[in-house]
Amino acid sequence: MTGMDSLILRTATRFMMPLLLLFSLFVLLRGHDEPGGGFIAGLVAAVAFSLYAFAFDTRGARDIMWMEPRMMLGAGLFIATLSGIPAIFQGRAFFAAIWWPVEVPVLGEIKLSTPLVFDIGVYMVVIGSVMAIVLALAEAED
Amino acid sequence: MLLAVLSGFILCALAPWLTRSFGERAGWLLALLPAALFVYFLTWVPAIADGESVIITYPWIPGLDVNLSFLVDGLSLLFALLISGIGTFIIIYAGGYLHGHEYLPRFYAIMFAFMASMLGLVVSDNIITLFVFWELTSITSYMLIGFNHEDKNARWYALQGLIVTVAGGLALLAGLVMLAVAAGGEYTLSGILAAEDMHAAPFFTGMLLAILFGTFTKSAQVPFHFWLPNAMAAPTPVSAFLHSATMVKAGVYLMARLNPAMAESDLWFYMLGIFGALTMLTGSVMALRSTGVKAILAYTTIMALGTLTMLIGIGTEGAIIAAMTFLLAHALYKAALFMLAGALDHETGTKDVTKMGGLRHVMPITFIAACVAALSLAGLPPLFGFIAKELMFEATLGARGGMAVFTATLAVLSAIMIVAMAAVFALRPFTGARKETPKTPHEAPPSMLAGPVVLAGLSLIFGLAGFIPAMAIVQPAVAAVFGAELSVELYLWHGINAPLMMSILAVILGLVLFWKWDTVLDGFKRLTFIDRFGAERGYERFMDAIVWVAEWQTRILQNGYMSNYLLVIVLTIVGLTGWTLLGHTDTPMPLALADVNLYEAVVAALVVAGAVFASVTRSRLGAVATLGIVGFGIALIYVLFSAPDLGTTQIMVETLTVILLVLVLFRLPEFINYSSAGTRVRDAAVALSLGGLMTLLILAVNDATVAEPISDTLVAWSEPEGHGRNIVNVILVDFRALDTLGEIFVIGLAAIGVYAMIRFRAEDKAQ
Repeated sequence: MTGMDSLILRTATRFMMPLLLLFSLFVLLRGHDEPGGGFIAGLVAAVAFSLYAFAFDTRGARDIMWMEPRMMLGAGLFIATLSGIPAIFQGRAFFAAIWWPVEVPVLGEIKLSTPLVFDIGVYMVVIGSVMAIVLALAEAED
Repeated sequence: MLLAVLSGFILCALAPWLTRSFGERAGWLLALLPAALFVYFLTWVPAIADGESVIITYPWIPGLDVNLSFLVDGLSLLFALLISGIGTFIIIYAGGYLHGHEYLPRFYAIMFAFMASMLGLVVSDNIITLFVFWELTSITSYMLIGFNHEDKNARWYALQGLIVTVAGGLALLAGLVMLAVAAGGEYTLSGILAAEDMHAAPFFTGMLLAILFGTFTKSAQVPFHFWLPNAMAAPTPVSAFLHSATMVKAGVYLMARLNPAMAESDLWFYMLGIFGALTMLTGSVMALRSTGVKAILAYTTIMALGTLTMLIGIGTEGAIIAAMTFLLAHALYKAALFMLAGALDHETGTKDVTKMGGLRHVMPITFIAACVAALSLAGLPPLFGFIAKELMFEATLGARGGMAVFTATLAVLSAIMIVAMAAVFALRPFTGARKETPKTPHEAPPSMLAGPVVLAGLSLIFGLAGFIPAMAIVQPAVAAVFGAELSVELYLWHGINAPLMMSILAVILGLVLFWKWDTVLDGFKRLTFIDRFGAERGYERFMDAIVWVAEWQTRILQNGYMSNYLLVIVLTIVGLTGWTLLGHTDTPMPLALADVNLYEAVVAALVVAGAVFASVTRSRLGAVATLGIVGFGIALIYVLFSAPDLGTTQIMVETLTVILLVLVLFRLPEFINYSSAGTRVRDAAVALSLGGLMTLLILAVNDATVAEPISDTLVAWSEPEGHGRNIVNVILVDFRALDTLGEIFVIGLAAIGVYAMIRFRAEDKAQ
């Protein structure tokens, strides 16, 4: 699909895209303590990519996604499933959480954990699912 | 022991590679494994013959209390020796029979998987592992019957065998679980056999019938016998191994195994006695009207399986001795006969005995082996089959409860026919004038003669020296089945008594029948009703009926109209939930309207107005816009009731909905109202009923507390256990991560489904 060919929309999208994507990452990472999380963050990112597809074209949207949506969906499922496995090697139940708090200068403490990995998987599944449908619909019009 | 059972599975993985590497000689090499297993099981014989039984346990799924426990006693040892011993010859034989076959590597792989499963089945002590192995034998049998998968018949018969045996398997699983419950939660065979008061269980009859459904289908008892002759579509080594010597005896094995616990039951006695005897007769009659070498043997196998079932049912000391002797004798001569049948088919290119003749000069060793094995089949001295048949006659005479006349008569009748068919098999192809056959016959290669010669030789040796099998294996097996120690002595000569008279009668009449066989065959050809009303027709009717029901319910429930799907779903919810709610009319449903703030009321009114407008408007764009109002209104309600996560998600979902609608809206056809006024009234009523139900439900659950709410615990745990302050997220990614995993898989699958529909549609249009 070629976009709407509107200068205002295109210019606005150029500014909005990085902000929206950064915002989605922000929502993803802070999700454990504040409102947010992989699901919402994934929806935000999907909206951002859709906006780009409308303003420019679907090919461009695919290019900036750096991954085929269906591929991202599968990778997300894979990562999410994988995150449950390390606990088994500690002799605990599948999906028992493991935490590695890391002290980073400037940013303060960052909580690395298997739930975070899981949330990243959810994030990718949501983006992949929504974009697979949106792009397929957009491209099927002719 | 674990290695002994699992080694087959290991070799199953290696077999294709070995077959390719060693080519011609692979059969002899691969046969080393079953031969080694045979020797291994032989080393158990002295201990078991002394009356020991050994249980070996390995933990498997400790959480579910499932152990890989193995039970070695006389019965399992008898089967294990048969499986590994006959298996050795079958593997060698297959190398000759399927010489140069494209799929020989695959054949060996499945064959070893089967052998391991069958071994696992007979040595399992835990009934769950027994069941797993049981089903594995059904599945490997399916793959082997359908081995020539380019043949439509082979595929059809493979599926038939699978459906019949797996249907029985399902019943068996139910029966085994009931059995364990009746035995007081005991999941091991040794425990079940030791349990008392099993017969007092209220579901005893159901349990018995479920188990028997499983064993009857597996062991091809009337009326489920039809799958076994059809399974002859498999290559002959498979027929010899699975469908005569081992797999089909799994049912017999289980009945023998459970006999000590069941024998008191009259139902057990009559079911096994009557169905076994009928199967015995059916097999004999059907054998008499067959002309294919493999078909004859398949039906005599059904006869043997029926005999075994009947003997276990009769359950006297003599009957159990007869059953175990018959089992051993049958395995020896039937495996030999099948391998000889394969040799005939392989060398002449036909399976029809009436088309063969005068082969004794070109295939002398085959002829001699066939004569010896057939004499054992016919039950003539000095073969082991004679001892087995004498014991069988004696046992039928000793049946209790007026069954003796029935079983003895049927036994003699079937013995007459079996004598005739044994003679047909051993003499027809070899004597008389040479007949033209599709291939020019030569003597079969050594790999194909080793098995029949050794097994036929054993039939002879065991007949002459009955004390060898009696002490080594039959006696411990009988002890295991009978549930008490006793001594077994097997002799050819029992003196002049009733069984001997029955034998002589059977042999004389059998030879007359053989002499007149061609006339008999013509007679059978006129009796076509057997084909029209046989059990197999019943199976086909049953399968057709399943398809018919599936089509019917699909037409009703899934007719492709969105409105219909919604109607069914909504009515089901309203019906089930409403019914439950009606049972709780005393639940308080307080309508605390005083607490409602004005802004909440405004938002709610907006949502309702949007919903009403969306359902009555004739403009698509209007409907989309008003649905947006509903969605954003709900998001606002989430925010007002401090659920920011839900609110944000709802807003994002609404935004995406608009995007998707933009993409599809202009492609929809023009808005025309097809539904009649009546339909619309019905739909409105259904919609209102769901709305009303949900309202009542929310009012009810708001006040009714059944148990301590779990949310308090989750809130308390969130920070210390989940290291997070956002409880929603902690629940999603930590506490209930497995649920979330399931959900994202659903999302992913749904997305792929939608994607596929869009793309296929686009491709269809493009063409």
